[in-house]
Amino acid sequence: MRTAFLSLAAMMLLFLAALSPLPAAAQSDNPALAPHLAALDSRDFAAKGRAVEAIAQLDDPVVVPLLRTLGAGDLYRRKSDGLFFRAERDGRDYKLFDLQSGDLVETLSGSAVTRIIVNNSMRGQIDALLGSLTLRADDPAQRLAAARTIFEERDPATLPALESAIAAEDDDDIRALMETARAAILVADDGALTESRLEAVSVLRAMGGREAMVILKGASGDEAPAIAEAAAEGAAAIEQTMQLWGLGQNVWYGLSLGSVLLLAAIGLAITFGVMGVINMAHGELVMLGAYTTFAVQEVIRNSAPWLFDYSLLIAAPLAFAVVGLAGVAIERGVVRFLYGRPLETLLATWGISLILQQAVRSIFGPTNKEVGNPSWMTGGFELGYLTITYNRLWILVFALAVFAGLLALLKKTPAGLQMRAVTQNRAMASDLGVKSGFVDAMTFGLGAGVAGLAGVALSQIDNVSPNLGQGYIVDSFMVVVFGGAGNLWGALAGAFTLGIANKFLEPFSGAVLAKVLVLVFIIIFIQKRPRGLFPVKGRAAEN
Amino acid sequence: MADTSLIRRAVTARSQLFLILLVLAAILVPVLNLAVPAGSFFHLPSYAVSLFGKYLCYALLALSVDLIWGYCGILSLGHGAFFALGGYAMGMHLMREIGSRGVYGDPLLPDFMVFLNWQELPWFWHGFGSFPFAVLMALLVPGVLAFIFGWFAFRSRVTGVYLSIITQAMTYALMLAFFRNEMGFGGNNGLTDFKDVLGFNLQSDATRAGLFVVTAAALAGGYLLCRWVVGSKAGKVLVAVRDAESRTRFLGYKVEHYKLFVFTLSAMLAGIAGALYTPQVGIINPSEFSPANSIEIVVWVAVGGRGTLVGAVIGALIVNGAKTLFTGWFPEIWLFALGALFVVVTLFMPQGVLGLARGQGGLAEGAKRALAFLEQAGIKRKGTGS
Repeated sequence: MRTAFLSLAAMMLLFLAALSPLPAAAQSDNPALAPHLAALDSRDFAAKGRAVEAIAQLDDPVVVPLLRTLGAGDLYRRKSDGLFFRAERDGRDYKLFDLQSGDLVETLSGSAVTRIIVNNSMRGQIDALLGSLTLRADDPAQRLAAARTIFEERDPATLPALESAIAAEDDDDIRALMETARAAILVADDGALTESRLEAVSVLRAMGGREAMVILKGASGDEAPAIAEAAAEGAAAIEQTMQLWGLGQNVWYGLSLGSVLLLAAIGLAITFGVMGVINMAHGELVMLGAYTTFAVQEVIRNSAPWLFDYSLLIAAPLAFAVVGLAGVAIERGVVRFLYGRPLETLLATWGISLILQQAVRSIFGPTNKEVGNPSWMTGGFELGYLTITYNRLWILVFALAVFAGLLALLKKTPAGLQMRAVTQNRAMASDLGVKSGFVDAMTFGLGAGVAGLAGVALSQIDNVSPNLGQGYIVDSFMVVVFGGAGNLWGALAGAFTLGIANKFLEPFSGAVLAKVLVLVFIIIFIQKRPRGLFPVKGRAAEN
Repeated sequence: MADTSLIRRAVTARSQLFLILLVLAAILVPVLNLAVPAGSFFHLPSYAVSLFGKYLCYALLALSVDLIWGYCGILSLGHGAFFALGGYAMGMHLMREIGSRGVYGDPLLPDFMVFLNWQELPWFWHGFGSFPFAVLMALLVPGVLAFIFGWFAFRSRVTGVYLSIITQAMTYALMLAFFRNEMGFGGNNGLTDFKDVLGFNLQSDATRAGLFVVTAAALAGGYLLCRWVVGSKAGKVLVAVRDAESRTRFLGYKVEHYKLFVFTLSAMLAGIAGALYTPQVGIINPSEFSPANSIEIVVWVAVGGRGTLVGAVIGALIVNGAKTLFTGWFPEIWLFALGALFVVVTLFMPQGVLGLARGQGGLAEGAKRALAFLEQAGIKRKGTGS
């Protein structure tokens, strides 16, 4: 099965062709290759290096796979005929593959082959050579990768190949990268003209980014003062821009975390803020919403897979309804007997949260459930140096939409008017014909339903497990307490303030300590403003 | 405390019964474990001694919560933090006691520090080689934290649920902090692998029995102290604060000072409970700080009967005993049972078990409340349905 192979010498080839039943389709009957190949199988690394250099100059299709295999340390020579193969170890034996086609040739024992050893400096040399060799490849992805390699290696020897590649390149993006690579080489090249080096500095400065900054910083210690100055200036300019972008990225992360906090807390802002009920089961209601999403996706997966992209749109109203009903049941069954006794409410709802947790654990099992992202929520895009993922973006939009919807409901509809009336003056509202018990149940149900909506969103970024709610309960209470109970705007401001504060502290202190610091900050803040950022004023504020 | 007349005044009939039972337990448990031969029906296995010792620690912890919640209306959802801090103080001493017998055999550094490649003992570990110092810290650290926390909170009149929520935030923050390896408290794994305390081997039956007796004594002492506090004039003011804080303030009492005093005292009691807990359980780790633990303490008190002291002890014993049995027999059901307990106790038994048992009307009253609840639910359903 010797369909193709690499020969050492023309003589060897002839010899083989005479012996084997299938004459080798020799692709490298290139006599120029022979002496260099012979040099590869020696212990003299300097000679090997020269051989590699020489091989790279040859125009032969076997050169690239040969060098790649050599660089990876997989090049072997068959002792029987001196031919070269890529080999993989298989137990004690070696499987030999053809260099170009990649076909399995035969399996030999270890004693029948010799490995061609390379050292670190040769490996670097080979990488750089491969980079310049693939610069002219037909596949744009390969050319791009080659330009990238050259940019990272910055070997002055590749400059001529790079120049000719730039002239021949017709893809703008690849050419731009090649030009930056050339600039990166030129900046560090003492032999080049000062003008071209200065130009290179400005190319790098225009490119921006962390790598360009590192190169320019390196060049700012250059012997030529003009270069050093320009490079230092460029590095400083890039650093400044990067800092600005870093700031932007932090703000984005903060907004994203804030939107999650807002979703988790906004339902609480209704039950705690508007009704004065401490609902410790709030986190578990969020968890129920996430499990509703899971159930909807399960049904869709099994019976109507084409609907998968719409699964969240179906799950959202369902979660609102299911969790809302659970909320009404909790209010009618337990909470209404405890109005005016907030501490008892706290304990009773904590009990409910334990029951809900264990119920979900018994029904769905204790392990994480997989909730898939629909296609429009996967991936992301780059905005300058910002990375923005679609799921975080949609959650932010969703959180703001839920907030706006709730605000409109409370301020613009008759139902909202009744809710506010009952919470402000129950007796008066009852006298005027508002069914206060009914309104209580509806308000609590609304808060719970919103928790369900939060669960739908959180199922996209968090593990859906029976413990999902516990992770949010302390945070969401902090948001409500910080923002000021009884005020939706307070929840909005609280959520985003805490989210952004957390993300800005993280780079300095690490994620856990940042959270601790935020908690400590809130504890101190509560001492100063016991009623939060936006306290409710007037009679309703008393008790 | 040396004044016998004060103690005598504090010891009422119920207290006497409680103390007698406690003394009986302190005698019976070690005797049944050490003196009765292993094959006998009356023999108490060693693990049970540690288990009962753990219950008594919880009882002392519940006592400390009842002191502030039952008598001063401060619902702390972070008392587990004071308990854990006391436990850590003792754990640090026990770690130092290991000396070079650790896995790595380092004479100075505990195993986890060697593992983390630390070169020297952090400054806050110094002194814990001495037992009296560790005991002092088990009292002082929770006490000082409670004093600072309370000083800020009570001065700015953070009350009710707001106070509950920030105490919860406090213990949550401490939990996150103690989970970090960099804190120098063993991170995730906490402190464990203890060998001995004051030269007594922690694995030996005699040491376990001894610790049980010490815990029982601490519980009795803590109980007498609490009784004395609530029976004193200051105790009356505390109850007044609980029932009408503003009015008490208007009458000229410095409400903040009373609250701060009782809060700090309670935190120190919790610290002692933690310090006794660590050697008996053999480990202290950051999960002791978890907010769920702290809320559970409150339910012990609620089950036993808030504002009775003895009730807190009874509640802690009942709930933890049930927890041991349930998690052994049907682990699935335990959280259902605990959750239901929270709901049932708050709805139907505001006085707890002690309230039901108190006189013959107690039980009937509970039944009456349940009936009223059902009636009200029925009427309401009819009302909204039509």
